[in-house]
Amino acid sequence: MTLQLSRPSAGSRHASAARSGRRGPRRGWLFVVPALFFYGLVVLYPSVAGAVYAFTDWSGLGSQVNPVGLANFGRLLGDAEAVGSLWNTLLLAVALMIVQNVIGLALALALDTAIRGRNLLRTLFFAPAVLPPLVIGVLWKYVYSPGGPLDGLLAAFGLEGLQQSWLGDESLALWSVVVAIVWQHAGLSMVIFLAGLQGVPKELYEAAALDGASRRQRFRYVTLPLLAPATTITLVLTMITGLKLFDQVFAMTGGGPGYATETLSLNMYKQAFVLNDYSYGTALALVLTMIVAFISFLQLKVLRRLEVEA
Amino acid sequence: MTRPAARGGRGLLLEVVMAGCAVAFVFPLYVLLMVALKRPQDVATNVLAPPSSVYWGNLAEAWSSAEMGKALVNSTVVTSLSVMMLVLTGSLASFALARWKRGLGYGVFLLFVLGLVIPLQLGMIPLYQLMRDAGLLKTYTSLIVFYTGHELPLTVFLYSGFLRALPRAYEEAAYVDGATAFQAFRRVVFPMLRPVTGTVIILNALFIWNDFLTPMLYVSGTAQQTVPVAVFSFVGEYSSDWGIIFAGLAIAVAPILVLYFVFQRHIIKGFAGGLKG
Repeated sequence: MTLQLSRPSAGSRHASAARSGRRGPRRGWLFVVPALFFYGLVVLYPSVAGAVYAFTDWSGLGSQVNPVGLANFGRLLGDAEAVGSLWNTLLLAVALMIVQNVIGLALALALDTAIRGRNLLRTLFFAPAVLPPLVIGVLWKYVYSPGGPLDGLLAAFGLEGLQQSWLGDESLALWSVVVAIVWQHAGLSMVIFLAGLQGVPKELYEAAALDGASRRQRFRYVTLPLLAPATTITLVLTMITGLKLFDQVFAMTGGGPGYATETLSLNMYKQAFVLNDYSYGTALALVLTMIVAFISFLQLKVLRRLEVEA
Repeated sequence: MTRPAARGGRGLLLEVVMAGCAVAFVFPLYVLLMVALKRPQDVATNVLAPPSSVYWGNLAEAWSSAEMGKALVNSTVVTSLSVMMLVLTGSLASFALARWKRGLGYGVFLLFVLGLVIPLQLGMIPLYQLMRDAGLLKTYTSLIVFYTGHELPLTVFLYSGFLRALPRAYEEAAYVDGATAFQAFRRVVFPMLRPVTGTVIILNALFIWNDFLTPMLYVSGTAQQTVPVAVFSFVGEYSSDWGIIFAGLAIAVAPILVLYFVFQRHIIKGFAGGLKG
């Protein structure tokens, strides 16, 4: 196929260049084949198969697969553990989205000033985001343990009265999990906001100041609207991460006490790989998929509109 | 503009608050290091104090009994081979898709991007069975195949965004000189992808190195287990012997933290720029 062999004249060379310019690389589709092979094998085929199995009574063992319609989903509605894990998942995701981004934005605004040691601070705040989520879970399990570092810290300040059974109390455990994950991911929101802030032209602030805008007005009318694209990204990202949460919760509480911190991912894992109830597990996974797709679609739609109006 | 005095006072207050935040952020990492370096009997007596003298016993014990050395080798092999596969297959596919924007080409691009929102859980069970039936469980291959497929959506997304903005004049010059599409890609386009290849490597390598659930299903309890899986089995084994557990954690995070502090500028930029696409 090498054209070099025939050494075309200058004129025909240009003609062939124009042609390939129009058509793109010849046999370009061959370049997509390796990627499609891996993607199809690992994501497309299994996901479609999983979605189909959700409507069957497949046990995962024999070859016996019967369609059962919506039976798995009906069972889900009557299953207190599954419904509870659904609520926990939504609660976790929304709480994380709010708390993590408020803290991330505050840190970003603070670091976008002439503060001393800002590079070091940025490096420190982001550091937890590069660590394995599983390690974070184990680490915080100890931080929260009775008589552990957090209780010790409170005691050191004479605040023994505030000591709690951080992960053992059913009404508190989910919030303790939120704090640990915010600690891990706040730096990620921070760097996304920082990148957005650094894209705001300084002249805009100066112009607003000249027009007599107060500090608060400058934040409200200059900074916030220009941060909208960064906000969209980090809100969608934290929401999706929150909905799929597994490692940290698995290591910290295993879903307990009771089912107080059980997430949809955790419940699905348990049904499929501990109880070998495959079709029910895939039904839970399908519900999770629908929620992720629906919420991220909704978020993108709403947030993108806000961006335009800003 | 703001008065200098007010700015000075405000600035100092901000610095104090941020220093407080920094202490709060470092606290869990301080706990990690301190518990790993304390004698078992000292851990319970004083939770917060640094060790009176550094004790290496936990680290030695964790290193030998958790086979952390082996796990580090496994993670290195799996991560580097998977990232290599991702760079090769992802850049090649994105090149074709970025130059073949209409009809089927665009459809295939959307198909890849769809993967960004499909949760792993949906296909987890059928994929597990596929790996089991192919006899690939407990091998490096199962993980490398998994990560290549699973991380292609992000990889194609990153490469495509970059390629669309890349002028076509360079590759067209190569075609004029008689290069085939593959030659143009390899000699002209791929070298120009360097910045985005850096982002692809950073984001994927961190994800793969840190990933837990899939390696737990595929290689748990074998000689092929990766670092997070080794740490987890270790936690189960020593249940509340925190000194040894934390020594294991410290060994697991040390390589990442060292690389992070060396390349922090690139890594942070990769996350800030890469994720917003």
